[in-house]
Amino acid sequence: MYQRITGVLIIGIGIFFSSSVFAAKGNSIQIKGSDTMVNLGQAWAEGYMQKNPEAFVAVTGGGSGTGIAALISGTCDIAEVSREMKKKEIDLAKSKGVMPKEYTVAMDGLAVVVHPKNSVSRLTVDELADIFTGKIKNWKEIGGVEGEIVLLSREVNSGTHVYFKEHVLRKGDASRTNEFAESALLMSSSQAIADEISQNENAIGYYGMGYISRNQKVLAVAKDKSSPYQVPTIEDVKSGSYYIARPLFMYTNGEPGGTVKDFLDFIFTPEGQEIVKKVDFVPIK
Amino acid sequence: MTTRKVKEFLIESAIYVSGLTSIAVVVLIFIFLAKEGFSLFKTEFALDFLFGKKWYPISEPPMFGILPLIMGSFFVTIGATIISVPIGVASAVYIAEIAPQRVKEILKTGVEILAAIPSVVLGFIGMVTLVPWIRNTFHLPTGLTALAGAIMLALMAMPTIVSIAEDALNAVPRRYKEAALALGATPWQAIWRVVLRAASPGIVAAIMLGIGRVVGETMVVMMITGNAASMPKSIFRPVRTLTATIAAEMGEAVQGSDHYFALFAIGIILFLITFVINLSADFALHRRRI
Repeated sequence: MYQRITGVLIIGIGIFFSSSVFAAKGNSIQIKGSDTMVNLGQAWAEGYMQKNPEAFVAVTGGGSGTGIAALISGTCDIAEVSREMKKKEIDLAKSKGVMPKEYTVAMDGLAVVVHPKNSVSRLTVDELADIFTGKIKNWKEIGGVEGEIVLLSREVNSGTHVYFKEHVLRKGDASRTNEFAESALLMSSSQAIADEISQNENAIGYYGMGYISRNQKVLAVAKDKSSPYQVPTIEDVKSGSYYIARPLFMYTNGEPGGTVKDFLDFIFTPEGQEIVKKVDFVPIK
Repeated sequence: MTTRKVKEFLIESAIYVSGLTSIAVVVLIFIFLAKEGFSLFKTEFALDFLFGKKWYPISEPPMFGILPLIMGSFFVTIGATIISVPIGVASAVYIAEIAPQRVKEILKTGVEILAAIPSVVLGFIGMVTLVPWIRNTFHLPTGLTALAGAIMLALMAMPTIVSIAEDALNAVPRRYKEAALALGATPWQAIWRVVLRAASPGIVAAIMLGIGRVVGETMVVMMITGNAASMPKSIFRPVRTLTATIAAEMGEAVQGSDHYFALFAIGIILFLITFVINLSADFALHRRRI
């Protein structure tokens, strides 16, 4: 009787532990991370696979944090990350024998978007911070028509969320402790924000330039009242004059070799950087 | 003779193992949950976990207050229960007691099909139809509210409630109803005062299992309740549920971090909630047999 029960438990435990997934080896590359960069990574993967038919590159999203977690646990070869890796994450990686190596692969401007019918068309970073921390609650406080502002943010696993918090809500000052208002809706993807913006006149949200379409109005943003108001354009993001622009990174575990190295080299070729433009990001070269 | 015995023994053991599998899995899951989740209570966040009103898991220092999440799950569940129970029970009564045979077959198939719709599909339909409708009808800033989640979840709970309640109604001996009718009760009086009363333990069980389904549902609420971790003031406000929090943040949480443990601790809370609900369903059913 007891032997049978032990047998069952052993089988169960066996199934339980054998489920860990390991990164694929050989010619295939696993890329994981930022949702902002998923389309970019996919475009690179397709371009690369066209030139190297024997290679296989798989790209999945989930958020920058997800990518870093996967790199640390060894379930991906390249992590796509739309913010810098935190010191805490680097320490954790090193404690598990993973040496993250950083590559800046492209630039991205964050667009602040509202419904096309919204009468507000420009905001300063201070106003944005007050809106997203919940100090400004009604559109009429910033020159719009009466209506409660609906805040749309990304989930906490998103690099875009973290970047927006650090550079807009806290204005790049790490000693500040501003947080997103509790009432902010946390959407699971940039596309979900785009969809809600396009049907809700009271909503305001933010996402990478790649998601801008005719169904949303992009707000002009200024660093302060005396600075020029700008919408994100390729030139302004590249020159650094647009305030909410950020580099996009890829991380590998140590010095990469084989297919991973070959793939990263491809990204920095003129052809690879041309792909960046095609998916509406800003090339670094 | 011996081969027959061996065969018999092998088949018996195979069935025995299958029978134990689900218990073993539950035990393993609980051990795993407990191991990971209780680690949170060794940290300084223990006290704030159940009663804290702020959920900022990735801030420095992080805040792991799940009260808004519990309230979010509570609002959605109560809403879904209020909607699905009367409709579900009424539908079960109609199918079991009133409907002609043909209609009965069609309705039963319909309920089964409703149960078979994947939750992500329901969530998507809710997002493009129900959410804008709620915003316009109630003049709300946004339609991504607890109400949207409650309505869609009511649709998911309904098949469970209908089919189990219908079984309970069918199990009521025919003679109860016949006796009531013979005493001069109208058909409705017979159903309301006799059949429903006699089937009530089974119906309570049906309701509890339906609620259990609602509490545990994730995809729909993640898509249409807005996921704002603030204390909900009404059903017309966005909420964030326990399940959606785990699903949205599990991918990000680095194994072994406080955030990771906090999500497992939420898992324990959810497990306890559904455990209590299922247990009370079992109690309700058991009462009938005594």
